[in-house]
Amino acid sequence: MHIPDGYLSPSTCALLYGTAIPFWYTAFARVKQLLNTRLIPLLAVAGAFCFVIMMFNVPLPGGTTGHAVGVGAATVVLGPWASMLSVSIALLIQAVFFGDGGITTFGANCFNMAIVGSLVAHFTYRAVAGRTAIASPRRVVAAGLAGYAAINVAALLAACELGIQPLFFKDASGAPLYAPYALHIAIPAMTLGHLTFAGLAELFVAGGVVAYLQRTNPALLGKRSAGSIEAGVPPSGWTTTRPLWIRLALLMLLTPLGILAAGTAWGEWGAKDFADPQMRQQMAAASGRVAPPSKQPRGLARLSSLWSAPFPQYAPPFVRHPAFGYVMSAVFGSGLILGFFLLIGWISEKRTAIESGTSP
Amino acid sequence: MTRGRTKSRGAVERSLASLVDALEYAFYAEELAKEDGLLQKLDPRVKIVAVLPLIVIAALARRLWLIAALFAIAVVLALLSKVPLATLAKRVWLGVLTFTGLISLPALFLTPGQAIYRLPLLGWTVTAPGLRAAVYLITRAETAATFSVLLVLCTPWSSVLKALRVLRLPIVLVVILGMTYRYIFLLLRNAQDMFTSRKSRIVGRLDGPEKRRAAAASAGVLISKTIQLSGDVYLAMRSRGFQGEVFVLDEFQTHWFDWAVLALFISVALVAFWFGR
Repeated sequence: MHIPDGYLSPSTCALLYGTAIPFWYTAFARVKQLLNTRLIPLLAVAGAFCFVIMMFNVPLPGGTTGHAVGVGAATVVLGPWASMLSVSIALLIQAVFFGDGGITTFGANCFNMAIVGSLVAHFTYRAVAGRTAIASPRRVVAAGLAGYAAINVAALLAACELGIQPLFFKDASGAPLYAPYALHIAIPAMTLGHLTFAGLAELFVAGGVVAYLQRTNPALLGKRSAGSIEAGVPPSGWTTTRPLWIRLALLMLLTPLGILAAGTAWGEWGAKDFADPQMRQQMAAASGRVAPPSKQPRGLARLSSLWSAPFPQYAPPFVRHPAFGYVMSAVFGSGLILGFFLLIGWISEKRTAIESGTSP
Repeated sequence: MTRGRTKSRGAVERSLASLVDALEYAFYAEELAKEDGLLQKLDPRVKIVAVLPLIVIAALARRLWLIAALFAIAVVLALLSKVPLATLAKRVWLGVLTFTGLISLPALFLTPGQAIYRLPLLGWTVTAPGLRAAVYLITRAETAATFSVLLVLCTPWSSVLKALRVLRLPIVLVVILGMTYRYIFLLLRNAQDMFTSRKSRIVGRLDGPEKRRAAAASAGVLISKTIQLSGDVYLAMRSRGFQGEVFVLDEFQTHWFDWAVLALFISVALVAFWFGR
């Protein structure tokens, strides 16, 4: 899996370095934003963990042993972004210091194992584990599958990178300059080994680590665990509020249903409605056949001119279609309410920070 | 010879062996970095700027003789830096030859082209492009690995890291890498202790699932310790006044000798690039 120097052309290496850099940058920014000053010790020690875990020999069925990369376990405990950085750090030390994996191919190895590996492990774990309890056996299966999927996708990527070399890079005599096998050989050769043996090592380590932590240290598997990059962040955000957002969007879309209702709501009459014969009939029908006063009430006439709404009748003047006007009004109104509460939240956070002395 | 000795080593023994090997290699590298050789005398920044282009050019070269010439330069550098060739052969050349040799072996027969030899019993034909492809792969891998190992064997790791700043690596990454290296030893020692104690408690033979459970539990213990350790390290840093700013002492100084060697290396790299196109 660790592609050594000489197997990939410098242009492929440069391309994969270029692809990896935005991921490293984003991961670094996200982890720094969430961990702030804790970033340095966590990444340093987690990098050391990933390095050591790569040396573990895992017994596999059939009497053989295999090495795991540890990307599955690291992603479950640290989250995808911190895992991406920790595995990259471990790969850098392996490449530079221990000669395992090349220096020119470091970008490719990081892209395959650290970046794509962490993302695949994260999404697989999330998809399989769902919202099950921390101690659920489904999480063990989810972690095992996450490790297995991550390592196999990484192997497939490595196979593709190696397999395209003979297509593009040949010397004057037609001999391949770098990895000599085309895709139809490289892909089965790499993936079969990982689907059967190397993937199992990752599966056992990731699943086994989660099973062990469930028994001994379940806090590490929670969203707000010490190692999770989500530590220190209140349990809000998209994940927890998603159902609410979906319901709000649905309600907004359903607001034009009000147009279907006949008549007006009792007591919500405007001053002008008292002069409209059709509206007077509706008022009488809604009020037990009691006729409304012949003239608009004086108090109502005086106060109704105090404030004129920007969107009268839930339809701004420039909107012709009433249904669209309703949806727009719903979006605008909800936005105002949310904005108001965000402002209150921001002010209260600021005050708490000043009181506790953590403000810079 | 007892039956116990003849049986193949188990996962615990293999893990222990890899951990001990890593520790030994690190200590050996620290010892070699203290020798009075050519590469050891150079400023670490100069070493990085001088050796990295040679690794890239070994990867770029489209002529076999040029890759072989670069390999010869690496061997001469090793001799001038008092790195024993036996160590290089054992640590680098043999390993790369075995791994890359095995990988490139089928290419001899699978690469289409002019047949140059037919295997007597099997009747498989070795093709000329296949042979060239295998030689390209092996020589490139050997040359690049020799240069990178020389760079590390002749420089203390802390200096390699500080010197990486010359490649515009952010200072915070340099600090993280330095700390990672330091904690690798602590975690290696922890893992080694865990495996030794487990081995000393085992009297019978464990079955496959039991062995796997033990290996996963060791990884679980290690990850718990890692998180605990990162918290402890953070508190220790905070208590010493750490507020997020990191500083690295920059004690490197270049001399005329460094510049002369750098000019020589860059010239060699340029010539190699010209001929290797």
